[in-house]
Amino acid sequence: MTPMIEIDEVTKYFGTKLVLDRVSLTVNRHEVVCLIGASGSGKSTLLRCVNRLVAHDYGTIRLDGVPVDDPRFGKTGLQKRAGIVFQSYNLFPHMTVLENITLAPRRVHGVSRAEATARAQEVLARFGMDGFAQAYPEQLSGGQQQRVAIARALMTKPDVLLLDEITAALDPELVGEVLAIIRGLKDAGMTMMIVTHEMGFARDCADRVAFLSDGMILEEGPPDRIFGAPEQPRTRAFLDRIIASGRL
Amino acid sequence: MTTAHPAKAGGQDPARRGPPPPPPKRGFDWRAAALPTAIGLASFISVFGGLALYVTSAEQWPRIKLQFFNLDAMIAAFPRVLQGFWVNIQVWLTVLVCILVWALVLAIVRSLRAPWFAPFRLMVVIYIDIFRGVPVLLLVLLFGFGIPALNLPGLPNSGLFWGSVAMVLSYAAYVAEIYRSGIDAVHEGQRAAAKSLGLSEWQTLRYAILPQALRNVVPALMNIVVALQKDVALLSVIGVRDAVREAQIYTASTFNYSSLIVAAGLFLLATIPMARLADYLTRRDRMRRLQIAA
Ligand SMILES: Nc1ncnc2c1ncn2[C@@H]1O[C@H](COP(=O)(O)OP(=O)(O)OP(=O)(O)O)[C@@H](O)[C@H]1O
Ligand SMILES: [Mg+2]
Repeated sequence: MTPMIEIDEVTKYFGTKLVLDRVSLTVNRHEVVCLIGASGSGKSTLLRCVNRLVAHDYGTIRLDGVPVDDPRFGKTGLQKRAGIVFQSYNLFPHMTVLENITLAPRRVHGVSRAEATARAQEVLARFGMDGFAQAYPEQLSGGQQQRVAIARALMTKPDVLLLDEITAALDPELVGEVLAIIRGLKDAGMTMMIVTHEMGFARDCADRVAFLSDGMILEEGPPDRIFGAPEQPRTRAFLDRIIASGRL
Repeated sequence: MTTAHPAKAGGQDPARRGPPPPPPKRGFDWRAAALPTAIGLASFISVFGGLALYVTSAEQWPRIKLQFFNLDAMIAAFPRVLQGFWVNIQVWLTVLVCILVWALVLAIVRSLRAPWFAPFRLMVVIYIDIFRGVPVLLLVLLFGFGIPALNLPGLPNSGLFWGSVAMVLSYAAYVAEIYRSGIDAVHEGQRAAAKSLGLSEWQTLRYAILPQALRNVVPALMNIVVALQKDVALLSVIGVRDAVREAQIYTASTFNYSSLIVAAGLFLLATIPMARLADYLTRRDRMRRLQIAA
């Protein structure tokens, strides 16, 4: 088991507000780790520190052994190797699906148009989105948009995928199609860090679950233990609330 | 025409028969509009008719009418005023292009967030504050009379040129702020997405932010375009022979003011279609937003 993402004693402040408090977490190659926790506990921030959308203040984060702020990554190496997908898709509304997903390969990584288009067709086909290459995002359902966003993140063949509540904005009947894709990626061996409120999904897809509270990882372990026999009273309280709202 | 739908127990039977056709689109209903139209017309006529009666009843009206609405004088002045108006159009288009480009540069510099750009950002802020704070007319006078008088070697010496520069500098300050509001209105998630894909700050602006921002500000820009078309006439104060200037020259030589009415007519002819277009674009933009929000 080789570590893919190593988060070591990472601390992050927004101004004077402590958002991550000496967080340590390791995600091994081909492993899927789900982050759960209340709103505002720092899940998104932790995820964004990994691909440096947010710069952490103390500690180190390594991707495949190299610190994410290491000059060896150059300007765009990290973004090439760690893809991220957001809750609200964040597709570019003025670009077609094809333009959206070939933008980074062509403009950032210098891939030719023909090559990028070929790769795009391949990825879209894999997610059942072939035939939508010329569509604009607003013409697609939420589930379709999110599939395009996942395709966009996968274009550079990243080593890890960071998913931030990617089904939270979807109508209930569309959640399944997106989760099926994530499951497929897991089966193909993708390393993933997933922030989710879909406890059922976390339970049967995650190799490990980490519970964040007030910027600290209070508890971490296999899903059966975290969901079945949580040790921390706060984890238990959080899960009880989730169960009460019918989401487990 | 409403017919009752007998619902079966447990819901409708979709195969029963087709749904009723969509209701016919209601056109403009003249009968419903007749009364309000009549009232509107009546009040319009009574207000302006009353005003017209009042004005024309003035003792001096026949003389004023001869001086301002003299058809012969209008016809005589028309060629020269039109020629001047052609200058307005040329200046307007040239200045407009310069404003749109220069303002874009200002807005881009102001929106770059890299620490390296901080001094440039500050300079843009100061620039905008200064040029928005001084009346355009004053700038036109200062530039149009002041700079040619300096006789700077290697620089053009015409009032037209420097007056136009003053217009560009002043208007660009406003337009830069319009651009900036458009840039700020683009959702933060778009920047996050672009950055996470490895786009540099410039690429993020170029490919992700600006196309959306520019689309957002088209209606606001249209209003600037209309305002600028009229403000080009300010150049007449430094002697540029635009429509207003030509009309004044005619007035000075004949003591007849009908040429001014001709100039006013030409401006209306040019601005009214643009104002309608601006309205149309604004409406279309609102519809688009509503659709996206729905
Ligand atoms: N850019 C920012 N500037 C200032 N404060 C921020 C910023 N981003 C997040 N925060 C704050 O940091 C804390 C953690 O935010 P974060 O988004 O990581 O939480 P989260 O666990 O993802 O919550 P949620 O489930 O609501 O998405 C919150 O209190 C939030 O208000
Ligand atoms: Mg979050």
